[in-house]
Amino acid sequence: MSATPLIRGRWGYASITDKIADIVLHRPTHWMWAAGLIVTLMMSVFFFGAMGYLFTVGVGIWGVNIPVAWGFAIGNFVWWIGIGHAGTFISAFLLLLRQKWRNSINRFAEAMTLFAAGIAGLWPILHLGRPWFAYWLVPYPSVMNYWPQWRSPLVWDFFAISTYLIVSLLFWYVGLVPDLATLRDRATTRAKQMVYGFFALGWRGEARHWARYETAYLLLAGLAAPLVISVHSIVSLDFALGNTPGYHSTIFPPYFVAGALYSGFAMVLTLAIPMRHFFGLEDFITKRHLDNAAKIMLATGLIVAYGYIAEVFTAFYSQDEYEIAMTLNRFFGPYAFVYWGVIACNVVIPQVLWFRGVRRNVLALFALSLVIQLGMWSERFMIVVSSLSRDFLPSSWGLFVPTFWDVSMLVASIGFFFFLFLCFIRVLPAITIFEMRELKHEELEGKEP
Amino acid sequence: MNAPLWRDASAGPGRAAGAFDGVADRISQWDGSGEAGAGAFALTRRDFLKLSAAAAALATAGCRGPVEEIVPYVSPRTAAPGVPQFFATAMTLGGAGTGVLVESNMGRPTKIEGNPAHPASLGSAGMYEQAAILELWDPDRSKGITLRGQPATRIALETALFERMEKLGPAHGAGLRILMRYSSSPTLAAQVQALLRRFPAARVHTWEPLHRDHSLAGARLAFGRAAEPVYRFGNADVVVAFDRDFVGEGPGHLRHARDFMDRRRRRESAPPNRLYAFECTPTLAGAIADHREPLAPGALSHALVQLAAALQGGSADHPLVAAAAADLLSHRGGCVIVAGESMPPEAHALVHRLNGQLGGVGQAVEYIEPVQGDIDCTRSLQALASDMEAGTVDTLLILGGNPVYDAAGDVPFRELLARVPLSVHHALRPCETSAACTWHVPQTHFLEHWSDTRAFDGTASIVQPVVAPLYDGISPHEMVAMLLAPIGGTPRDWVRAQWLGASIDAAGEERWRAMLREGVVPDSAARTLQLRARDIDFAPPDTAKAWSLVFRPDQSLHDGEFANNAWLQEIPRTHSKLVWDNAAYLSPASARSLGVESGDRIEIESGHARLVAPVWILPGQPDDTITLALGNGRTRAGRVGNGVGFDAYPLRTAASPWSRTGANVRKVTGEHVFATTQNHAEMDGRDPVRRLNVPEAEGLREKPLEDEPPPETLYPEWKYDSYRWAMVVDLTSCIGCNACTIACQAENNIPTVGKEEVRRGREMHWIRVDRYYEGSHGKPRTHFQPVPCMQCENAPCEVVCPVGATVHDSEGINVQIYNRCVGTRFCSNNCPYKVRRFNFLHYTRRDGEPPLDARNPQVTLRMRGIMEKCNYCLQRITRARIETEREGRRIRDGEVVTACQAACPTLAITFGDLSDSRSAVSQAKRSPLDYTLLRELNTRPRTSYHAKVLNPNPDVLPPGSGGG
Repeated sequence: MSATPLIRGRWGYASITDKIADIVLHRPTHWMWAAGLIVTLMMSVFFFGAMGYLFTVGVGIWGVNIPVAWGFAIGNFVWWIGIGHAGTFISAFLLLLRQKWRNSINRFAEAMTLFAAGIAGLWPILHLGRPWFAYWLVPYPSVMNYWPQWRSPLVWDFFAISTYLIVSLLFWYVGLVPDLATLRDRATTRAKQMVYGFFALGWRGEARHWARYETAYLLLAGLAAPLVISVHSIVSLDFALGNTPGYHSTIFPPYFVAGALYSGFAMVLTLAIPMRHFFGLEDFITKRHLDNAAKIMLATGLIVAYGYIAEVFTAFYSQDEYEIAMTLNRFFGPYAFVYWGVIACNVVIPQVLWFRGVRRNVLALFALSLVIQLGMWSERFMIVVSSLSRDFLPSSWGLFVPTFWDVSMLVASIGFFFFLFLCFIRVLPAITIFEMRELKHEELEGKEP
Repeated sequence: MNAPLWRDASAGPGRAAGAFDGVADRISQWDGSGEAGAGAFALTRRDFLKLSAAAAALATAGCRGPVEEIVPYVSPRTAAPGVPQFFATAMTLGGAGTGVLVESNMGRPTKIEGNPAHPASLGSAGMYEQAAILELWDPDRSKGITLRGQPATRIALETALFERMEKLGPAHGAGLRILMRYSSSPTLAAQVQALLRRFPAARVHTWEPLHRDHSLAGARLAFGRAAEPVYRFGNADVVVAFDRDFVGEGPGHLRHARDFMDRRRRRESAPPNRLYAFECTPTLAGAIADHREPLAPGALSHALVQLAAALQGGSADHPLVAAAAADLLSHRGGCVIVAGESMPPEAHALVHRLNGQLGGVGQAVEYIEPVQGDIDCTRSLQALASDMEAGTVDTLLILGGNPVYDAAGDVPFRELLARVPLSVHHALRPCETSAACTWHVPQTHFLEHWSDTRAFDGTASIVQPVVAPLYDGISPHEMVAMLLAPIGGTPRDWVRAQWLGASIDAAGEERWRAMLREGVVPDSAARTLQLRARDIDFAPPDTAKAWSLVFRPDQSLHDGEFANNAWLQEIPRTHSKLVWDNAAYLSPASARSLGVESGDRIEIESGHARLVAPVWILPGQPDDTITLALGNGRTRAGRVGNGVGFDAYPLRTAASPWSRTGANVRKVTGEHVFATTQNHAEMDGRDPVRRLNVPEAEGLREKPLEDEPPPETLYPEWKYDSYRWAMVVDLTSCIGCNACTIACQAENNIPTVGKEEVRRGREMHWIRVDRYYEGSHGKPRTHFQPVPCMQCENAPCEVVCPVGATVHDSEGINVQIYNRCVGTRFCSNNCPYKVRRFNFLHYTRRDGEPPLDARNPQVTLRMRGIMEKCNYCLQRITRARIETEREGRRIRDGEVVTACQAACPTLAITFGDLSDSRSAVSQAKRSPLDYTLLRELNTRPRTSYHAKVLNPNPDVLPPGSGGG
């Protein structure tokens, strides 16, 4: 395995730079990119229009009710924030662990993180009954001397997500600076030179710059790595601290983090596979990268499967009638199809990843990445909705049925995500140019691990 | 009584307007002073404020008190802004009056409660009485007289009627007909007599769709004269009910429920009473019965005949009938048999005879003159119909009612009405009948006019208005007076003269004021008749196996007159929990045999009529019996009630108004979407409702239901240095009548949400009544459990709110701060009792919601995006606190009564202060029956329940269940 090079083919420093920077600076607009941009732009416009309607009329346009007071919005939030995990995990964790193969995928994975986490951050606000008062969750010096209620995990959530977003953004931006300088130097129009130049912060590639950069980047990686763990752990506390059977479980933090990485890596593949194909980046994002990502998916998928088993086991082992009823309800209740769908998508089907042939089959991996994302979204739905639909008093049991707005806003948010991503790959280098050069250098020097 | 208080209060807005007369003049000057130039508009700040005040005064002037003096029930000092006043009056339904107290805020009636001094109420109020406030404020009410749909003046109406009377006069009024509803108003009766003296050839007819023809005919059979039984359930140890929902419907049902439960709770001296219910559709009485047997209508008569035989020393095949007979015989003198209106007249006569034989007469049942008179509605309407057909009806005055809609299917009233040259419909709202009449005259609501009425036991009440007519309504007395030779005075004078004679001295004035104040006329209860029933030969026809149809008043809409009342449309029917709909109720076995499920549609064909109705499977419904609720499917009810449900009246015939056998039923295609507030009927092995039989309950004296201290908690305990409010709900007493839910809705300005929103699970009721089944669905035991907020000590909702919008107050109430709520809904998720309600949309602004004037000014309206829930009527606690703090004392036990508690006919709800160990609620909490819901979660609720105690006959095996 390790014999497979991380960069395939005969690339020199200059040609690497040419290849990646050209995508941004010179490559003519392909009709497929343009078509994708228009479609996703329309979806984005719909997304914001729907938000306007939501803010005008109220969350009643969704299917939420009593007892199921949390619906798609919270499920989407958890799903998106999960997707937003892989980027920082790849950048920070794998950097700290000196996994060099990360270099060709970390940039776009981080962009993916930012977009996903940003969209995730929208959902809790959309979810509110009175979203215009969302700032009340912030401990600002109010004239009434009134602070958030610190025992609520939703307040912790606010801090976890905003911290994560800020650190991820910084980390991504710091990593971009040398490449922005490259783009500045290669840009042909004044405007591009100005813009890239502004954001390049006067980077000149001096040795001092590089030394400072390396330190700062490593420090940020050290800061970001624990956040990867903490953010989803805290998101999971939104549920685990509630008393609803199906929410109230100590396994949630690790189980949520593993699930997040699982869906995050699936999204990395969903993005990387078409990108390497359409922009001819097969030499930079090689099958070895895909293979490694698949292995991580397999590993995190097994942790998630363990979580499922542990939940069922604890329910019966605890002898708690509500936990047992909740579990049986997941198996056989009105939302049983969701549960078995989750098991199929997240546990059964991904076992094909044990086969090397599948891990190196681009199409199979792409299909599988979609299956896993569907499975992980369904898992959020299962946790959020089916637990609430039947809790303690049988008299208050009720079902949640999604409305047009539930479904369309989820789909539109995906459209918005891809819109952002399509913009990104034409505005910024999707692969870190200088790190690829560094890889080449290390390869030439024979230092490749 | 001191000075006329009402005048002071009502003069408020008027006087304010007077004080600003000068300003108003200036407004009118400006109106005509376009050329006066800008100088005229140079307002000073003072002028501006005066103007605003005048505008406000003008705006409120639309709502004012009646012009005559009315007398408040209790008068806390004087009427002050912000302090509600109460007025006693009475509401008449089905001819029988129920005393009510009307809460009036600055001249605006906002809530109706029961009158403690009135025998039919004893302080409680049912759904209809309470929801009547919404009828008053209904924006769909008639706003003016119409002639063939076009606006007309009162002068025009009076002229038309005068000319008619001139024309009919020579013929002694032949051709003049009046169609009334049941009425027990002595004033109206006197007016009608006067009319008949003036026009001896005129005829007065009566039609009440939910008439009592069968029971009156039964009395005629038994006694040779009309009589009406008045039950004293407090004196009955054993009650056997044949399709008679004595706690749920009909005159006096609130009182019956109170008496029955008072007797049931009196466990110390004697064993509780025992109720056997044989019925052809699930009712409230059936649900509280110790033994219940669902029987098809035909089988009911046979069961009664068997009972009669067994009481005569014979035997009964039916084991439950035999057991009931034995029980009755061993409680001679302390037992009663009651029969419902659906039983044939012979059955009523037989019941009268059996009650006489068992010594119940004089104890648990007495007889009086029928309060609405000896009337056979069916014959009366048929007589009118045949005369209309013959063309001998020239002028028809319909005083209330809606016969085009609610006449039996074989009386084509609409077509007949077209043959009447002049028809006048006098009603609160335009309806099916008014559309078919020449004239429609708006009627005043009972809160707007003077009248009088008699209760189920004959006790009279004066109906006094609490608000001047909102629209140009005409009271029934004025309407009849139009046909009479002009007499002086106002309706108030007529009513007063009816009770006190024409000339009134000071003593008479004081008596009048006392009547108004108390809401009852002293010593006006009807005299008991000493009657002996003769023998009766009752041989009911053999029952063949065929489909039976049962017609029932809709539990929410009554005969259909409340169809435009959103509160009642949205109150879940006790058994089916359906809202905004009616259904063909089928037993589970019948549904299986037809191959239908709830929501499927069936076609019912009976005689000439045919109807397609959606099916709802109702546990406890007898097999082969379809119950259809009347009162739905209105086409001209108003914006709320149009097109809700289906109309079952066409299937009903004059000859068999309550049930028909031999219908053809088949499944047809199509699905109907119902909205229900409870999707799961089972307790699923959990024990929200605990039920015990009397021996087990006795055993609890040694070991109470909850005798262990609550589990440990990590949080520090709350410290209280003043009141600790708490509530106990007695499940034995709860009859599932929904009075608490409506009371809460009225008190707390709770919006209705409409069928579609209920279907989504978004109903807003702060106190709901859960219904659970125990045992097989063929013959289940039905349990009710009112669930308000539990006000937990360790409230799960408080911990999870990120903004601290739901907090514990210093008296232990878990309060919701509407202003602070951002709507995360985490609190609702974390509430194991699911008592929190969320404004998913802006429900208070929904079309059909009552106007702002009708709202309780002491309770905030909630906007969308906000969570709300029961807070033990915090505003009532606060009002009492303000009162008592001014007097420098603590709130006494019983001084704060929550809205649900006040309405409850059976006193199932106890509320008060736990820090006072002698308070009623503290004593209730010490009962061995006391338990809390979901105790294992350690939420430590302030609201607790008393287990339901039943007293089944030990000789009868419980149906379908293993006892216990």
